[in-house]
Amino acid sequence: MAFVTANWNPLGEAFYRKIELYEMGWNLKDGLRECLVAAAPYGGPISLLKGHNRRSPSDRPQLEIYSSSGLPLASFPWKSGVVKQLGWTVSDDLLCVQEDGTVLVYDLLGGFKRHFSMGNEVSQSQVLETKIFHSPYGTGVAILTGALRFTLATNIDDIKLRRLPEVPGLQGAPSCWAVLTQDRQSKVLVANGSHLFILDNTACTPVTPPGLSPQASSIVHMCVSFSYKYLALLTDSGHVWMGTSNLKEKLSEVDTKIKTPPKQMAWYGTLLLFPSAVVMWDGLLIVVGECKETIQYHLDDDSILVPELDGVRIISGTHHELLQEVPGACEEIFKIASMAPGALLLEAHKEYEKESQKADEYLREIKEQSLLSEAVRQCVEAAGHEHEPETQKTLLRAASFGKCFLSNFPPEQFVSMCRDLRVLNAVRDYTVGIPLTHTQFKQMTVQVLIDRLVYRKLYPLAIEICRYLKTPEYQGVSRVLKHWACYKVQQKEESDEVIAKAVSVKLADAAGISYSEIATKAYESGRTELAIKLLEFEPRSGEQVPLLLKMKKSPLALSKAIESGDTDLVYTVVMYLKNELNRGDFFMMLRNQPVALSLYKQFCKHQEQDTLKDLFNQDDDHEELGNLYVKASYKDQRLEARIALLQSAVDEYYKAKNEFSAKTTEDEMRLLRFQRLTGLWLHNNLQCTLSIQKSFLPQTFDQKCTLLFMIKTKNHNKYCCLSHRDMEGAAEAAIERRNESEISTVLSRCSATTDHLLMERLNRAKATAVKK
Amino acid sequence: MASHLFCGRVNLNILREAARKDLREFLDKCSGSKAIVWDEYLTGPFGLIAQYSLLKEHEVEKMFTLKAGRIPSAAVKNIVFFVRPRLELMDIIAENVASEDKLQPRDVHILFVPRRSLLCEQRLKEKGVLNSFTNIDEYILDLIPYDGDLLSMESESSFRECYLENDQTSLYHAAKGLMNLQALYGTIPQIFGKGECARHVANMMLRMKREFAGSQTQILPVFDTLLLLDRNVDLLTPLATQLTYEGLIDEIFGITNGYVKLPPEKFAQKKQGEGGKELPTEPKKLQLNSAEELYAEIRDKNFNAVGAALSKKAKIISAAFEERHNAKTVGEIKQFVSQLPHMQAARSSLANHTSIAELIKDITTSEDFFDSLTVEQEFMTGVDTDKVSTYIEDCIAQKDPLIKILRLVCMQSVCNNGLKQKVLDYYKKEILQTYGYKHILTLKNLEKVGLLKPQSTMRNNYPTIRKTLKLWMEDANEQNPNDISYVYSGYAPLSVRLTQVLARPGWRSIEEVLKMLPGPHFEERQQVPTGLHKKRQPGENRTTLVFFLGGVTYAEIAALRFLSNMEDSGTEYIIAATKLINGTSWIKSLMDSPEENLP
Repeated sequence: MAFVTANWNPLGEAFYRKIELYEMGWNLKDGLRECLVAAAPYGGPISLLKGHNRRSPSDRPQLEIYSSSGLPLASFPWKSGVVKQLGWTVSDDLLCVQEDGTVLVYDLLGGFKRHFSMGNEVSQSQVLETKIFHSPYGTGVAILTGALRFTLATNIDDIKLRRLPEVPGLQGAPSCWAVLTQDRQSKVLVANGSHLFILDNTACTPVTPPGLSPQASSIVHMCVSFSYKYLALLTDSGHVWMGTSNLKEKLSEVDTKIKTPPKQMAWYGTLLLFPSAVVMWDGLLIVVGECKETIQYHLDDDSILVPELDGVRIISGTHHELLQEVPGACEEIFKIASMAPGALLLEAHKEYEKESQKADEYLREIKEQSLLSEAVRQCVEAAGHEHEPETQKTLLRAASFGKCFLSNFPPEQFVSMCRDLRVLNAVRDYTVGIPLTHTQFKQMTVQVLIDRLVYRKLYPLAIEICRYLKTPEYQGVSRVLKHWACYKVQQKEESDEVIAKAVSVKLADAAGISYSEIATKAYESGRTELAIKLLEFEPRSGEQVPLLLKMKKSPLALSKAIESGDTDLVYTVVMYLKNELNRGDFFMMLRNQPVALSLYKQFCKHQEQDTLKDLFNQDDDHEELGNLYVKASYKDQRLEARIALLQSAVDEYYKAKNEFSAKTTEDEMRLLRFQRLTGLWLHNNLQCTLSIQKSFLPQTFDQKCTLLFMIKTKNHNKYCCLSHRDMEGAAEAAIERRNESEISTVLSRCSATTDHLLMERLNRAKATAVKK
Repeated sequence: MASHLFCGRVNLNILREAARKDLREFLDKCSGSKAIVWDEYLTGPFGLIAQYSLLKEHEVEKMFTLKAGRIPSAAVKNIVFFVRPRLELMDIIAENVASEDKLQPRDVHILFVPRRSLLCEQRLKEKGVLNSFTNIDEYILDLIPYDGDLLSMESESSFRECYLENDQTSLYHAAKGLMNLQALYGTIPQIFGKGECARHVANMMLRMKREFAGSQTQILPVFDTLLLLDRNVDLLTPLATQLTYEGLIDEIFGITNGYVKLPPEKFAQKKQGEGGKELPTEPKKLQLNSAEELYAEIRDKNFNAVGAALSKKAKIISAAFEERHNAKTVGEIKQFVSQLPHMQAARSSLANHTSIAELIKDITTSEDFFDSLTVEQEFMTGVDTDKVSTYIEDCIAQKDPLIKILRLVCMQSVCNNGLKQKVLDYYKKEILQTYGYKHILTLKNLEKVGLLKPQSTMRNNYPTIRKTLKLWMEDANEQNPNDISYVYSGYAPLSVRLTQVLARPGWRSIEEVLKMLPGPHFEERQQVPTGLHKKRQPGENRTTLVFFLGGVTYAEIAALRFLSNMEDSGTEYIIAATKLINGTSWIKSLMDSPEENLP
């Protein structure tokens, strides 16, 4: 504790500190010498390619991937072409850019993923230099070709190659260049001697940094900050110019007094009060800031710089260090003789632990200025920026102590800091090797951290973290388990049963697991049986269907579609089957699935009437066939055709043992035939029978039936305007039938004057009818 | 704008707003001026979500009806199809798109309501136009807020599809709609149901819940219970003539998407000095919902109680207008004037409803109406249900509207648990001979869904059901009702009785009757996330969502509202349905009478 400030160095108004993150676990014979090295930001993995210039097949270079703590993740001999540059994507994939412009993508465990080309022009003129950069659109690759032209792809997941305009007067490789993102566009900044150009899609614009010292005749190095906001230029006169990347504003210019070209230069992050840059030469590191002074560190070993959001990591053959500006809260608390509230609170707590009454004095001092809540906040914040768990604990204990004397102090900050630190300490652990600072962690979010752990296949830790942070299962535990399962199903050495069991046991309680995704993975690795087994666990039937179809498990797909209740899905499968199977098999399959069958019938009703007939035929559904003919009869305009169709209907109805329908249909046919005779279109049976003169009726037509209608109309004169002749007919019919009530009805209709004779006949008939 | 949605126990405006938000988002996706090509069927339901003004704000400049051929010319950047996922519509769209001017390409988009369909997209692909669409999207519109306590899917043919065609698409949408509702209003802890479709919907809901496990919304449940009811559990109610005010408006004039069209004569503005002006010929279109104070008050009354309510209201309004004579000081006059718009609105509303009531009264006082009602009531009380009804015979002979006949015959069949084969055949023959043979398919349909059926060997259990559930109340009080039976002047709708019994004393008391009704009855519980269990205040009512699968009538809604308002009911009801129906629209949806295609 006493030595917290031991590694602090002042620069202007700020302090800088160098923290040792790890002693590297790797065992490199020659350190980083003659290696291509790439380290991913946010404490990501490190890749090394030893002897990348070797071309002989007997002596291949070795590609190695390590965690930030130097633990090996992968190692394999490089068998492809000459690699010019290594780099990491935002999702922890390794990019290897070859001389011919081919980019190979590996995952961080060395698994080959894919490759893509940077275009013909690049492969013809070869890669001279290349830079891998991150933009809001993803990870990009910029290439300077042997023809001294730049080719750019802003997002390697959606490659759109852009060839930038020519740089005027460029004779050989430019002294230095960088990619920056401005106005949602990636541009290249090139220095040719003392001239600076900005290249965008359309133009090459010369620019001049304001206030660049006149002694410089050439810009030898440049770097852009993490957020593309700032730019640093190093001139051959040893001056470092710092300003905004739009070249509108100069921040400062510092003379390093070293005129040899540096190995690397990096920005210090832009979250800080005083933007500053680091320049590295062999064995020397210089920090330059706003003031004229510099801090110098000596390096024992070949090192590389990894710019971060809030500092620079220095990786050497043996050590891994973080160089950063001392965060405000830490400075307030630990600065020698600080009287800041946080410092006093820390002191108060120390005294309290010693059971000394001085604790009270310190506390009073803070409270008198009403700064206790500020003090607590400072301690909590500082704890977040400290690397040593012991220091973190001391600060948090002090904060907790201070909190006791505050009422209504919101606990969230304290609680979430404790949680965050627990997670951070876990991932910083040597065995995991992700040295994130709290600031980086907040910027990257838990989600991404979980992803990174998943890429490293650290599933248990990822799950523990999700559980501990109470991440909603859907985005947390379930997601990790899904990744685990996807990995598991690719393990060739285990049997389907074992894997399916292992997966189901582990995922049983997890909510919202997409088994179909896992099954797809299994299917892709050629394990259809396993895929089917896994699909069984998928609760969303809808999700199962496409894969089942892909695997040609159509009966299963159909029943799953039906299970889902989504009729559209059922239709989709049915249509698929219709095209896949021969008609007989197709119908057979539908027969076993009544839901699908009735849906298909609906489809046919609107789209394929003929198929419908086949379906009914197959099922011997004579009733429906009859209905179908009836419907068709109405579509046909020709009378003969209609009658023929109705006859078919009648046959079907008889087969269906539906006497009623058959008889009614026969009546209809008779009526139609009659129409043919009279040439009248009869829209309505009753009306027509009433309107037709009896004498027109052919003998074949059922007179009685017709006349009965008339009688049925009973008391409703207006609907039954029987003509005189009709009346006679009605009477005849009634008499013939010897039905008393019908006779009476006709009688009641007769007028005494005109129908005298008829009435007599009716009365007689009635009398006989009554007697009977 | 949508004040009628706020007034209920549950703020259904949340649902409407969610729907509007989705619509706006989609419209903004198609940037620039646009023309909407409507599947005509959708315009009504959409009217309940958004007026033209909203569309206009989002640069909708033209609206067309979807039809074959070319889209009428319009100088717009985008063409947007709003359609149901139906194959026949896809063919029309394909034709539309294919005949677009190739020289002046416009962005074409398609919005499926209520859901995207692979089948339709496949069809568009086959027609070679799928790639012409810039956006293919779905607009999830399952349950549309209709009134403060009423949701409808406005799915016309749901009953037909489910019971006649065995196509359960609408049930899938219903289940999806309920999931959506739960996303906004919290998980419904208890689900009850009766009927095959209810079971199916509940199963799908439980399945979907499992599917979405882990992504639950943390919302305090608004609904305590969901009751799913199959329409075919209660086939009788929609057949009976509704006797509430709103029910009668629907029976006589038909309410579509919350609007009614009325004969214009009664609504002619009689202004002084303009006498002799010709009468308007356009039907008068009125929106009917609880935003109109007077309507909210009288809609659910038995029509016989409406007259009194109107005259009471008339007195209050004229008294209010009389106030102006008492207004002496400037302040008083000012206050009077400030109330004037409200009073005038009330007066015009009163005038409208008086006119409507008069129109209805002309019909309800007619002999025809009385006779028909008498027969209905005889059937419902079980009088002579096993014989051919002379009244029906007469009606057929007079060629009364076919639907009226079908309603009566079906009612008789339902009340008798099927008709004797002879009686059934007689009716069928009569109908076919009078109205035409083409109705044979309609009759078959009615048989298939169980509205018409031959008596089986089983005993007629309707009397038992009627007695146990007290479906007939002799002394129904129309003026000051004390039981739901007032909505049919004596008949208490079976569906609502089931709902009432479920709330108190529970279905266990009527197990026997439930077994007589078709389909299973069931209860399911859904786990509510810990911490979201509702703590009921003493005296706070439970909220039950009653979902009618296959449609609900206005009289049933009135009966449920009556239950909600009963002092000691302890339950308030929100009503959802696949469609608002009445006997006529319902039977119509089941008809299959081919148009004669003659030269």
